[in-house]
Amino acid sequence: MKERDELLDKYSARVFKNRKEHIRQLEFGPEGDTLTANTRAIPGSMTARGCCYAGCKGVVVGPMKDVAVITHGPIGCAFYSWGTRRNKAKADAECDDMNFVPYSLCTDMRPTDIVFGGEKKLEKAIDEVMDIFHPKCIMICSTCPIGLIGDDVQAVARRTEAKYNIKAIGFSCEGYKGVSQSAGHHIANNGLMRHVIGTGDKAPKGKFRINLLGEYNIGGDGWEEERILKRCGIEVVSVFTGDGSYEAMKNAHMADLNLVMCHRSINYVAEMMKKKYGIDWIKVNFIGVGATSRSLRMIAKYFNDPDLTARVEEVIAEETEAIREDMEYYRSKLTGKTAGIFVGGSRSHHYQTLLRDLGMETIMAGYEFAHRDDYEGRDVLPSIKADADTKNIEEITVEPDPEKFRRKYTDEEIARLKEDGVELDTYDGMIPEMKKGYMVVDDYNFHEVDRLGKIMKPDIIFSGIKDKYSTQKDGIGSRQLHSYDYSGPYSGFRGAVIFARDVAMSIYTPTWGLIKAPWKNAPLLTGTIAGGEKHA
Amino acid sequence: MLDMTPKEIRVRSGITINPCKTCEPVGAMFCALGVHNCMPHSHGSQGCSSYHRTVLTRHFKEPAIATSSSFTEGASVFGGRSNLNTAVKNIFDMYDPDIIAVHSTCLSETIGDDLGSYILDMEIPEGKRVIHASTPSYEGSHIQGFSNMMMGFINYLTRKTGVPTGKTAVFPGWVNPGDIREMKAIAAAMDVPITMFPDFDGTLDNPMTGRFEYYGEGGTTIPEIEQLGDAQSVIALGHFASQESYELLNKKFRTQGAVLPMPVGVAFTDRYIMALRKYSQKEVPQSLENERGRLVDLLIDASNHTYRKKVAIYGDPDVVYAMTSLCLEMGMVPKYVITGTPKSEFEKMTKALIESYNLEEACVVKADTDLFYLHQLIKNEGVDLLLGSSYGKYIARAEDIPYVRAGFPVLDRYGATIQSICGYRGGAYLAEKIIDALLTRFDRDVKDEDFECVL
Repeated sequence: MKERDELLDKYSARVFKNRKEHIRQLEFGPEGDTLTANTRAIPGSMTARGCCYAGCKGVVVGPMKDVAVITHGPIGCAFYSWGTRRNKAKADAECDDMNFVPYSLCTDMRPTDIVFGGEKKLEKAIDEVMDIFHPKCIMICSTCPIGLIGDDVQAVARRTEAKYNIKAIGFSCEGYKGVSQSAGHHIANNGLMRHVIGTGDKAPKGKFRINLLGEYNIGGDGWEEERILKRCGIEVVSVFTGDGSYEAMKNAHMADLNLVMCHRSINYVAEMMKKKYGIDWIKVNFIGVGATSRSLRMIAKYFNDPDLTARVEEVIAEETEAIREDMEYYRSKLTGKTAGIFVGGSRSHHYQTLLRDLGMETIMAGYEFAHRDDYEGRDVLPSIKADADTKNIEEITVEPDPEKFRRKYTDEEIARLKEDGVELDTYDGMIPEMKKGYMVVDDYNFHEVDRLGKIMKPDIIFSGIKDKYSTQKDGIGSRQLHSYDYSGPYSGFRGAVIFARDVAMSIYTPTWGLIKAPWKNAPLLTGTIAGGEKHA
Repeated sequence: MLDMTPKEIRVRSGITINPCKTCEPVGAMFCALGVHNCMPHSHGSQGCSSYHRTVLTRHFKEPAIATSSSFTEGASVFGGRSNLNTAVKNIFDMYDPDIIAVHSTCLSETIGDDLGSYILDMEIPEGKRVIHASTPSYEGSHIQGFSNMMMGFINYLTRKTGVPTGKTAVFPGWVNPGDIREMKAIAAAMDVPITMFPDFDGTLDNPMTGRFEYYGEGGTTIPEIEQLGDAQSVIALGHFASQESYELLNKKFRTQGAVLPMPVGVAFTDRYIMALRKYSQKEVPQSLENERGRLVDLLIDASNHTYRKKVAIYGDPDVVYAMTSLCLEMGMVPKYVITGTPKSEFEKMTKALIESYNLEEACVVKADTDLFYLHQLIKNEGVDLLLGSSYGKYIARAEDIPYVRAGFPVLDRYGATIQSICGYRGGAYLAEKIIDALLTRFDRDVKDEDFECVL
């Protein structure tokens, strides 16, 4: 395919050999569009990826509002992960009005701590945090040097629990582990599963009880989702982890169903909770009007309750009607426009459905740190061979909990639900959403986003801050889909309108028309045509 | 907002809360972005590079490009030599810079990677350069990293040929492109030919053209850095970002000059101009004197709204020290002056500066501290204005204090990086922002009957 060749064209043989396996122009042929993912980034390629710490602290545990998350290491990592992801949180009575999200806590290690070990300073830091804040839960996130100098953060956590009778968890999420943020998600999932989920005993009161997994409340997305779910009469027991809390997560095992938003970062918890507590999970997508409606109907089908089904239909009808005019207006502005999406591990899929609501096509999409199942669907899981980098990340095995394991449905009932179209414990990935000729790029780098903008010429590229201004400088509209450029929410019904407004704004802002200075096309000199008169 | 911050201040030695500094490598990356056709390279985990690019991009609203050695667990055990070699090859292939500026990280420093010997051993394409600086994140702060990278460039590239360039080297310190342009304009007005190093004018403020290029037209060129050894003189602005490079040049090539504060406000801009005057042996032009006069005029005009107003200034040592001077010139009381950068010299200098104004009020000056401490100070005794980076906004909201953004990083506003707070014109810009913040608050809080439209 022409565009893919053009993209790979500039690479040396060495880089070409690697990158060609990560880049597909979709053919939907009999062999399928298989690609390579979750392998090491090429040094020097300017990969968009971050590190294991960013996945563990930055993404998964950082948003838990009542947890004092201490970054153990030199100052930088704590600084960069401070208030930069737009995971919103609001203190509430349930977690003693605690909200650590606007705070950054760090041991700020110095040379002596590196040479003689940092455990002492970490313990001092914990004493001080206890003295100042009195949290019920402390999480320690390790940065690169910690593993190298041999500080045992798990042992410090155990000593903290004994000393203060609180929950304390150590995460060995040093930046060099794994190949991307993905390793950090896994490590965080393991820690939450081992130490938090299932430790509470406050039973939820509602009839239809769910956990919202992999929703980080960026720009308030989670709040819009909760608003809709509550309208339907569905109780949100806990959210992993946007505006989430240790207090709520302890009781997560008492929910009936897990809804998985970001499959990449949280599917481990979904799978482990299924095994340990018998909780089914479904992959939902609350990005887009169609996708949100579909997800709500799927939930209703799972609970198989006529009242709930009726209520869900009512809510969908009302909410859709409330935004109908706005959506029609924006659709009229945006139909026929094309987009590229390059984000982390889920949104490049999620947003395609919302763009399609607006009449737009996503002609190229890529992930920073997805695995093959996020592209091709979970059916490929058995065929993925774990390499050394993956094997270094602990895989924990759980057994059914003798007391807390409880299944909502029998095997026969589950089979029937599946026949009725409830997509239980599965995910088909991003590729089925796309069309022939569209481009899929795994572990995209700066060069590729730049080239793809020039080759595929989309009207807008959705990516992160690192690609935003280069895209704009190329004259292409640009929105950040990690942080929504201070905007949001983009989820659910109301969010769809905000997103549509933002996309239209990026494409239609009149400033685009000012790029070329008027004198560029207006010759200044008065010239003389040979043999003729002077012309101005 | 920040409701969990208690008023009572207790001494802490273990936990840093809400830092007022970040790590060395980002400073090295920033410095290297002020060199023409240069690719900064982070030798560590790829998260470092990603975080640094993010914060720089968010501050400048410009693509801050840099690459990484992408360490894995294996590289962390066996050393990062092969990752660096691969990276350098790929960077020249994919991004075609003239020079790669490698800096270390806490990871590569802890395992003891010897970047100097790796670079010595590697194959570098004809006409291309690779240099490095050591920037262990557990030492100093981003300001030290900036300084270390400047010295890295000088150590690798600068030579003395004996043929004088006739130019004055200006080390601008950690400033914005707008500041650099003002420093250049002043030097041009003084008729002093200069080499700006590093130079962000044209690398981190590129005009919108409709066509993105990896490298801007600006930045100090390799020949310019090479020729620093033949400079007539050196003006190093900012003790903490630029002094070490000044001393290095002085030691290696006997280049004479001066280390001056960042030229913010009247007195510190005067010092920059006096130094230029010494090297040009020309009188200060009327145009600059008029600019000075206009700034002084503005400060006197507004003094009835700034005099004895208490201000808390926080951020990086050079810019904080220089803004303290401007605030003092406006008659303000720099009640709290803090930096996260662990340099005791900052406390000494700033205290001496404040003492020279014979204030009756006691001020707190502290290095190596954090914004949590600043917030607690304010809870105990309030101020009329906060002046510093974006992270002060939480305190400003919590305590309802007028707030002016300046320094690094400013993540939540647009446009400041193409403006200058340096020089007389920059002083007027910053003073105007301060006065506006104070008066906007005054207007907001007065009763209807006291709300007026004349000053």
